[in-house]
Amino acid sequence: MAKDIDRRIVSDLTEKGVNFITTVPCKQLAGVIEVLEESPDIHHVPSNKEDEGMGLCAGAFMGGKKPAIIMQNTALGVTINTLATLIQYYRMPLPMLISYRGELGEPVACQVEMAVHTKALLAQMNIPTYHFHKRDDVEELGKIIDYTFMCNKPVAILTDASFWGGY
Amino acid sequence: MIRSEILKEIAPILRDQLVVCNIGIPSQELHAIDDQPTNFYMLGTMGLASSIGLGLALAQPKKVIAIDGDGSVLTNLGTLPTIANNVANNFILMIVDNGSYGSTGDQPTYAGMKTSLAKVAEACGCENVVECAAEDTGRVLQEALDGDQMTIIVCKCESGNAKMPVITMDPVVIRDRFMTEVAK
Repeated sequence: MAKDIDRRIVSDLTEKGVNFITTVPCKQLAGVIEVLEESPDIHHVPSNKEDEGMGLCAGAFMGGKKPAIIMQNTALGVTINTLATLIQYYRMPLPMLISYRGELGEPVACQVEMAVHTKALLAQMNIPTYHFHKRDDVEELGKIIDYTFMCNKPVAILTDASFWGGY
Repeated sequence: MIRSEILKEIAPILRDQLVVCNIGIPSQELHAIDDQPTNFYMLGTMGLASSIGLGLALAQPKKVIAIDGDGSVLTNLGTLPTIANNVANNFILMIVDNGSYGSTGDQPTYAGMKTSLAKVAEACGCENVVECAAEDTGRVLQEALDGDQMTIIVCKCESGNAKMPVITMDPVVIRDRFMTEVAK
């Protein structure tokens, strides 16, 4: 069931012109995915793997759309090559709205194993990274989208369990 | 026939279309045979030609041909259900299936063994799948372009590569001139 925060996020994305979104689901992002699926201004293409999704976004960008990807932080492990040799190499903008699993409140121990690498990997890749921990952090979302399309880079928005209000 | 001979034959058909070309030797061959600003050459990221092509086709109305390989489709097999379930009638996925990983030393792929990519595509829900012999590629591709229906072409050919120079064009130049053509 979608919450106000889910609707707020999708409305910020559409207000900033994002109109093509690919998703690989995460429980924390289910509400956002539900809302964007019903948004007439957004072409939603679910993908089977996040690198595939980044390929879709690259094509959509070259076709004149403003793309974004919604994914879980564990997927950083399968997208490093795509980020380096497609998104960064060809200088394409890509907002990445990422559920930051494995942080405080996490019930599944294995999620912590990628959580401890998440920021290090993003830093290693020189990917600008924003961490939404408190509910008010969402106020920056619009600016982050503008920033992404200003600098033509992938930009990560990590959203942890505290931000979403628990599991 | 090997891939480069097919590309030579279909170059006049490709010339006027938006083409997303697979990483490695396929892009080098296409670049050497008939470089066009309407060609998007992949310099890295094995497997994503079909995904980039689909994203582009969904985003705008011009026809898009993604030239892929059997090895690359096997790398990104999840692409076929996505293509099947997000129909873009301006999209043609042309899989040059030579049963080998051409850019890495012609090691055999499973597509050259028991696995039929045409059947996989059909099982994934792709509705218009054509498997053809290398010699028929031009005709099949032209029919697909005339048909205004999303088409997956699996073109069976021999393994082998033409010796062509590496593409040294800057990726941002490739992307920029391609986007200029898309927007025309």
